[in-house]
Formats: sequence, structure tokens, C-alpha cells
Amino acid sequence: MYETILYEVYDGIARMTMNRPDKFNAFTRQMNREITEALKQAQKDDHVRCIVLTGAGKAFNAGQDLGDVQGTDVDYGEFLRKRYNPMILQFQKTEKPIIAAVNGVAVGAGMSVALACDIRLASENASFIDVFVSIGLVPDSGGCYFLPRIVGIGKALELAITGEKVSAEEAYRIGLVNKICSAENFEAEVMAYAAKLAKLPTRAVGLIKRTMYKGLQMNLEETLEYEAFAQEIAGNTEDHKEGVKAFFQKRSPEFTGR
Amino acid sequence: MSYQYIKVSVDEAVGIITLNRPDVLNALNLQVVDELVAEMERMDRDDSIRTILLTGNEKAFAAGADITEMADESAIAIMLKDQFAVWDRIARISKPIVAAVSGFVLGGGCELMMNCDLIVASETARIGQPEIKLGIMPGAGGTQRLTKAVGKHRAMEMLMTGEPITAEEALRYGLVNKVVPVEVYFEEAVKLAKQLAGQAPLAVRMIKQAVFKAQDLPLEEGLHYERNCFYLLMASEDRKEGIQAFLEKRKPTFKGH
Repeated sequence: MYETILYEVYDGIARMTMNRPDKFNAFTRQMNREITEALKQAQKDDHVRCIVLTGAGKAFNAGQDLGDVQGTDVDYGEFLRKRYNPMILQFQKTEKPIIAAVNGVAVGAGMSVALACDIRLASENASFIDVFVSIGLVPDSGGCYFLPRIVGIGKALELAITGEKVSAEEAYRIGLVNKICSAENFEAEVMAYAAKLAKLPTRAVGLIKRTMYKGLQMNLEETLEYEAFAQEIAGNTEDHKEGVKAFFQKRSPEFTGR
Repeated sequence: MSYQYIKVSVDEAVGIITLNRPDVLNALNLQVVDELVAEMERMDRDDSIRTILLTGNEKAFAAGADITEMADESAIAIMLKDQFAVWDRIARISKPIVAAVSGFVLGGGCELMMNCDLIVASETARIGQPEIKLGIMPGAGGTQRLTKAVGKHRAMEMLMTGEPITAEEALRYGLVNKVVPVEVYFEEAVKLAKQLAGQAPLAVRMIKQAVFKAQDLPLEEGLHYERNCFYLLMASEDRKEGIQAFLEKRKPTFKGH
């Protein structure tokens, strides 16, 4: 049903592969829409408890496909509002952990999308280029929001202003990625990581995600209040009861995501 | 009383009315408004109830008027029917009305929400007056109450663009009192309704009347009205109980007289 991405679900993991390898998986209008739709589908599917976003072939994602817009008179503002912004918002609205499995280069909006994911696993061959400035543009698709929040304003400004390539190693050093995986075992390591997340109490994980992202824009009092709400909700889940029960029975909990 | 389109329940001293046309996102047809106004008036007379709570469901508080009902009506027929007159009776309910809204709060749904006194919204609420998109305008108080609630410029924007606003925006605009996660919006509204139900009923009633006057009267007349309400409350039993409880460092028990 999707043409620009592959969407597979197994063992609680929805694996979304951006699939235009000959174009380094660059975004087209259709791919923007299909990623948004696939995230919604994963959100609705109770079997899905973790989402992995990755790229087919050598690249993670090369950003906007300039061939898709070249020569046309583009209203950049509307372009973003219609195509990219709803997609980025959908990453936040999806209350399941999303892993960016950065298999290769992540450029421009491709880098922004990796930043919009909750966890970044990078192949040792991966790299990040906040390329916008090199063509006289500004990081979009959440690039100006997530980057300073992930690596701090000083480093974020440096990356965005210079547009220089960041290696996987450097990305790990500055906290831009959570883990570096070997290139040859990348897929297996990613899926093992995802499998762990897919066994967690998914409702609680979703609430952690919601509360932390909201907390980025709230003060302490508001965040404390929101934590109280989140705890009320989490406290009513089956997984919480299972967690407590398992604790007293001195065994590992079997979470179901309910 | 049995109703077709609303459900009624009671939780302690809170009377709960739930709009119940989920298949049409709680679109407000003539009958559902008749039913809910009738039930509000009944609850207003029922001494066991101190707060009225009005809600819909997670997906929709109410997504507007039932357009199918008006599609083929002539202007004269609609005028003669004067279908919005029944709404005026909501403003005469003396007990506080709390709204718990989520999802679509559009058109007549927004107008209905604005007829309530305190509003708890879920984060998923989308609030607006989209009538302009159908080439018409609000007819059940939308232009009047929205302007009073959010001010001229924001009202103009909402009414003329027809675009709904998020719950967070509504909170900033002062259109709702509280925004909470969708999973708990109803419980939070019940808590608030129960809190109000524990207050002195006469004082609550007079505060409601006085605030209504504040919206319509020149300041001097409003102050005069307030003062008389204040004097009147001095004659209540609950005032004695309130002061006594305060001196005895205990919680007051208000009886409503």
C-alpha cells in the first residue's frame, strides 16, 4: 500500500524503511505523506510497541529531493506547512518509542527527521550534515527545535551555521546519537535494541515521551502537575499491576502494552 | 424522564448530562437541545444536585448543528420555528454548569460550551466556529459570547476564518479554564464539579448571577447589584456556618439556606 517506503510489522516492531535507494531516499511529496500515514497506522495498531525508521541502501535520507522541486516556483513556507510539518508533528503524536536507525548519511530534512525520533542508533558508516546553510536555507522540519535540545545551543548553532559533516563517532561524542553499531551487524543490533523496547510497558513509555516533550516547553510546576496526570493514567494500566506483582514475586515482568 | 439523545447520571451532588449521538459526533439537532435544556432545568430544581456537568465523548463534545435538519428549510420557516430560543433558557439555570469537552467542539458545540460556566478541556479538543465555511454564521450566540470570552480581534479571526483552535490556544485565550490529558479530562471535570458542589449553594448561585451581570451591566450598576447580593447572603444560615467553622478550624457543611 506504500510505494516510497516499506512497512513491515513483526514481533511488536513496525519497521519503516525509506525506500528510494537510487535517490538516497530523498523526500518526495509522496514519501512525506506515506511516512505520516505509516506512523498513524503504527499508532493505531496495538501489536506495534516500537517503531524503527531506517533507509534502504547506503543512505539514511538525503533530505528533500531537489529534482522534485527544481525549476518550479516554490512557496517554501506553504511547502513546509503542507508537507513536512504534519509529518514531524506525527512523530510526536505517536505515543510509541521511535528509533532512527541511521544506516548512512542523514542530510538536511533527513537529519531533522532523525532528530524527531526518540532514539538514534547509528551505523559506524553514518554521518549527519545539517546542509541547509550550504544552499542558503535554514534548518527546517524541526531542525531548529530538536538540535539545540539534544546537543545544546552552542553545538547546535555550530552544526547549523557551518553545515559541516558530523561523523558517527563525533555524533556519539556530542550526544546526537545514543549508540554506534557495527556496519556489518547494523540491522541485527538495531532489531535487538528494538525488541527490548517492544517488551516494555508501552503505555508508560508513551506517557514518558509525551510528558518529557511537553516538559521542554513547561516550567517545573506545570511539569510536576503533568507528571501527576501521567502517573494517574499509568497507575491504571495492566502493565503497572504486572510490574508490581512481578517485583513481589521476584520475577521478570511480562508486559503486554495495555 | 427518558431521553433519546442524552444520558443522565448522578455522582454525589453532581448531575451529569452526556450528549449521546456518537454516530454523528454529537451533532446538535432540535431534539437533543430540547432534551438537554429540559434536563438542566429539572436538575436546577432538584435539591440533591448542586452542580451540573455537561459532556460528550472523547472524540466529540459536539461537532455542530445537525446540518441535514436545516438543509431544505426556508429562511421564513427557520425564523418562525425560532429554534435558537430554547438556548436562552440555559442562561437562566441558577446552578453552576461545568463542561468537560474533548475532540470536536465546533459550531453549535462551541456555543453550547460557552453557555457553561467553567470548562475543562482535553488536550485533544479543537474548538471553533466553522459556520463561515458553509457561507453562514453562528446563530446560537457564537458571535456574542465568543467576543465576550476572547475579545474582538480573536473572535473576528475565529469567526471569519472558521479555523478551530487547539485546547492550549483556548487556554491562552481564556476560553477554557483547564487543559488536561484526554485520559483524565472527565474525571478532572467531575472533581471540579464536586468541589463547587461543596461550596455554599446560595453564594455560588449569587456569584453566578453577579458575574452574568458583569458581562452586561455598566460597572456602577454591576457594583450595586453585587453589593445587594452580598448583603442578602449575610442573612443566610450558611454564612453563620462558614464563619463558625472557620473559627472552630473545621470544614463547613453548607446546607443551601
